[in-house]
Amino acid sequence: MNALRSLFESNKKAAITSGVVIVVLLLLWAVGWLSFLCRGIFGVLIPYAALALFLGGIVYRVVQWAKSPEPFRIPTTCGQQKSLPWIKTNRLDCPETGWGVFGRMALEVLFFRSLFRNTKAELKSGPRLVYGSEKYLWLGALAFHWAFLIIVVRHLRFFTEPIPSFVQLLQSLDGFFQIGVPILYMTDLIILAALTYLFLRRVLDPKMRYISLPTDYFPLVLIIGIVLSGMLMRYTPVKADLVGVKELAVGLMSFHPRIPEGIGILFYLHLLMVCVLIAYFPFSKLMHMAGIFLSPTRNMANNNRKIRHVNPWNYPVKVHTYEEWEEEFKDKLKASGYTLEKE
Amino acid sequence: MYDAGKIIPGLVIFLCLFTFPFWYNVANGKASQRPELVIDAAEKQCVESKEFMRIMHMDLLNQWRDEVVRNDNRVYLSTDGSKHTMSLSNTCMKCHANRTQFCDQCHDYMGVTPYCWDCHIQPRESK
Repeated sequence: MNALRSLFESNKKAAITSGVVIVVLLLLWAVGWLSFLCRGIFGVLIPYAALALFLGGIVYRVVQWAKSPEPFRIPTTCGQQKSLPWIKTNRLDCPETGWGVFGRMALEVLFFRSLFRNTKAELKSGPRLVYGSEKYLWLGALAFHWAFLIIVVRHLRFFTEPIPSFVQLLQSLDGFFQIGVPILYMTDLIILAALTYLFLRRVLDPKMRYISLPTDYFPLVLIIGIVLSGMLMRYTPVKADLVGVKELAVGLMSFHPRIPEGIGILFYLHLLMVCVLIAYFPFSKLMHMAGIFLSPTRNMANNNRKIRHVNPWNYPVKVHTYEEWEEEFKDKLKASGYTLEKE
Repeated sequence: MYDAGKIIPGLVIFLCLFTFPFWYNVANGKASQRPELVIDAAEKQCVESKEFMRIMHMDLLNQWRDEVVRNDNRVYLSTDGSKHTMSLSNTCMKCHANRTQFCDQCHDYMGVTPYCWDCHIQPRESK
């Protein structure tokens, strides 16, 4: 009876999930059609608005951050601080100079060094707690971010005329293996694999699922949608007319927008999802792109004791010293037989 | 604002990088250019429709190559029922003879570098 009941419940769950998936797909299709029908709005107005929100929003957020004082010197130290001359200093993990900080930040921004140090704790039989290194998140994140960067730079071929040589070089390297026509880009496969891993990581592990919020899933699913629609337009017969796409993109980028005919709904869906992503960017956790440069625990040199740092929100405090207090109550103190310090 | 000496240059670099296409296009002034194709049409109709050829010609040529090289089949049956010899140099280039004024127009515009001419001898162009 109970088994039947749980089967019924799980079936109900599966039905709801697939229902949601179907509704989402139908909605996407409808949105694609809508954006195709209102090409003037979805091809010109929304991209400009999204771009303005993206650039303005990021500048605004960074300026807001820059306005907040950092009361304490709080670099995280992961190595030996500069000490006596015969003790070896760890210049990167406990940077004492600006260049040390630069090196530390560069490794963090380019290679996600702090993710590389991730550890995991596992309870083995015994019970015995075992700590080990955990590199999958680092690998997935690094693969995703670098592939995304290369894909974005590659897309410059749609936005620039003539195409800069570094874009040409990058896409020829990306398509190095010359598989199929149009040539398969390595980064397309890498980003898809990395995104799948990053998504499954949140879904499959109960602990991760528990702490995952809609703001974690939304950008992930959105980027998966962008990647899939882009790949469909390149590798399958629902291809976009690229010359038309470039005309639209270059038009936008030279302030002479025009809407060429012959671009399908898939392209408008792709464009709309990109617009949603960049418009959403400044208001979300995606701001880690700028935030990583402003993380106080990373971008400060550990010269805490070498240089005097004053809390920027310190203001002159009105103090009442002992001498002043003694002076004020001199008579009363004397009358009670108290020996004054002055005397 | 604290650390303005570092944060403002950082923001300026960010804006310059992310608006690169804008000032690049303005500086080059070629944004209004688009490919112009010249066809010396010996035939009235391509092997498939214009809309199909525009986005699928690379797949078609790939299929032709595989058919000819691997299956020794040189006859292509078009959707309209007509038969064509599967050959880039002899069939396609009959009408699209000017590589620079046809193929390269879009390929250069889109930054596409097909490797057709790694194997095929590039036909002499009529001016």
